[in-house]
Amino acid sequence: MDVTIRVKRYDPEVDPPLSYWQDYAVTLEESGTVLDALIKIREDMDGSLSLRCSCRSAICGSCAMRINGHAALACKTQARAAVGEDNTIVIEPAGVMPVVKDLVVDFDMFWSKIMEVEPYLQPEGPEPEAEYIASAESMLHLSGVTACIMCGACVSDCTVLEVDPTFLGPAALAKAYRFTADPRDGDAEGRSVERLKALNEPTGMWDCTRCYECVQACPKGVAPMDRIMALRDQAISVGLTNTNGARHAEAFSDSVEHSGRLDELRLVPKTVGMTNLPALLNMAPEALRALTHGKLPPFTHEKIEGVNHVRDIFRRLEDNEE
Amino acid sequence: MKYAFYPGCVSRGGCPELYPAAKLICQRLGIELQEMPGASCTGAGVLQEKNRFLGDVLNARTFAMSEALGLPIMTICSTCQGVMSQANFRMVNDAEYLAQVNKELAEEGLEYKGTAVPKHLLWILLEDYGLDNLTPLITRPLAGVRLAPFYGCYIVRPTDALDFENNPERASSLERLIEILGATVVDFSGKTRCCGFPILTINEKNSVAMVAKHTSEVKDLGADAMVTPCPLCHLNLDQFQPKASAQAQRPIDMPILHMPQAIGLAMGVRPEDLGLQRHIINTRPLVTKLGAAAH
Repeated sequence: MDVTIRVKRYDPEVDPPLSYWQDYAVTLEESGTVLDALIKIREDMDGSLSLRCSCRSAICGSCAMRINGHAALACKTQARAAVGEDNTIVIEPAGVMPVVKDLVVDFDMFWSKIMEVEPYLQPEGPEPEAEYIASAESMLHLSGVTACIMCGACVSDCTVLEVDPTFLGPAALAKAYRFTADPRDGDAEGRSVERLKALNEPTGMWDCTRCYECVQACPKGVAPMDRIMALRDQAISVGLTNTNGARHAEAFSDSVEHSGRLDELRLVPKTVGMTNLPALLNMAPEALRALTHGKLPPFTHEKIEGVNHVRDIFRRLEDNEE
Repeated sequence: MKYAFYPGCVSRGGCPELYPAAKLICQRLGIELQEMPGASCTGAGVLQEKNRFLGDVLNARTFAMSEALGLPIMTICSTCQGVMSQANFRMVNDAEYLAQVNKELAEEGLEYKGTAVPKHLLWILLEDYGLDNLTPLITRPLAGVRLAPFYGCYIVRPTDALDFENNPERASSLERLIEILGATVVDFSGKTRCCGFPILTINEKNSVAMVAKHTSEVKDLGADAMVTPCPLCHLNLDQFQPKASAQAQRPIDMPILHMPQAIGLAMGVRPEDLGLQRHIINTRPLVTKLGAAAH
């Protein structure tokens, strides 16, 4: 197949550094991958093109980049599936991380975030006399998250990191879950309270927007966002409830349990804290504007028909759990 | 054409202009809507943070109601679409799981058979109604108006639950609709990104930074307005745009249209009947431009 590979190039060696698009016409086998095309360019057409790659089998995690705007492994993406209507595949370096040259990005921030969650077991209390025996059942649910190959695809496409580089991000938070959910970590019951306390701070688990970019980008099915949601549940269940995020989840749940629907008017004060005057005042201009435009949610909150059935479901599935 | 109507909480709460606008254009399209007064909130992904199974049971309850009516579900919210699709995806692909869910529904005498089809109005127009059938109803094409699409995360990700594989046109549905309405599409990098709404009360600075990023980008590309099928995106992009503008230290003033409002305008519906006066960001310059284009 004949395809145009449009590559976002970056040359740091000229002053000022130069960013530009370059098209390459490449002939590939029908089964060829995007990585095959890039290697062909580098070896046969333009030796100045820089990229990282190694295993070509979606194991090493070296070749994450943006393909048609979204992060993916070049070696796991069939060129045939990636070509657009104009027979072109658009290639850019991974997002969020600074570009070193062409498709090579600087992974320092990625690794520093992984290190920040202390990615090793931290058991509390006395050491076991022999080896620590963990049952297969208690480890099985970790197989998804341990499949991470540290390729950075999730970090590349994270919507929060795009506006705030201090956020721990999907890869590090998924890695943190790998330990908080490990029965060998934390106290005798396997509860990693100290870890959860640290992750409960600003820039941690509650800063995720639940946008699913990382779930979509991950080539190994780690689903980082689902792990972040699990961290939130763990934090609440060990009693870390004094955050806007925990209060928001609680108030949302209470509203649906009570009326079957979301009570938007009361959700905000319940989230920031009913007596948190500065936070309430901060929201006042928006509330006032909504009021004057006839947009403030109705004061009397209507219940759905048969709300008692919803309450029964909550009673059985939620209240019992607590 | 008839659908079980699932408007979602926000179209009658924080964005009260959306519900009547959607009903109005459905009437004009000849789409009949049957309300489901017993349907609950989908959980919006928030309830699912605490208890995903509970969220799935609530959605199965709504699905069972639509099955009893023998109607597919119409939603007008990207978030409702995504949460319902994800719940449905888990249930229809796992009979054992569905049986577990049904055990909970049995107490109310309900059963979900796994046949519900939850669809956003955007997909309905594209796949059931047909954009070609929409064309004759466009009496005031939005010619000369530049509209930027803004999807909302849950109607574009994760693609397996949304069945993009069998419906690849869903990925560009909003652009196609904008073209049918006669407007020019302003393509931009943020169209499938997050509006920031879910963290508004948790990290306002980041949330508002996302609003500023997207609205500024389309402003700089010369857009007259953004169009969104998601009322939660509308809430953040419209109501919090003044704060975004102050934080980014630049004027933005980008009107945000609910998708049904854009369709209504192209059908010649009066802007006030679509609730445009209720927006925080002034829509008058857009309406004036529309009037000028029509003459």
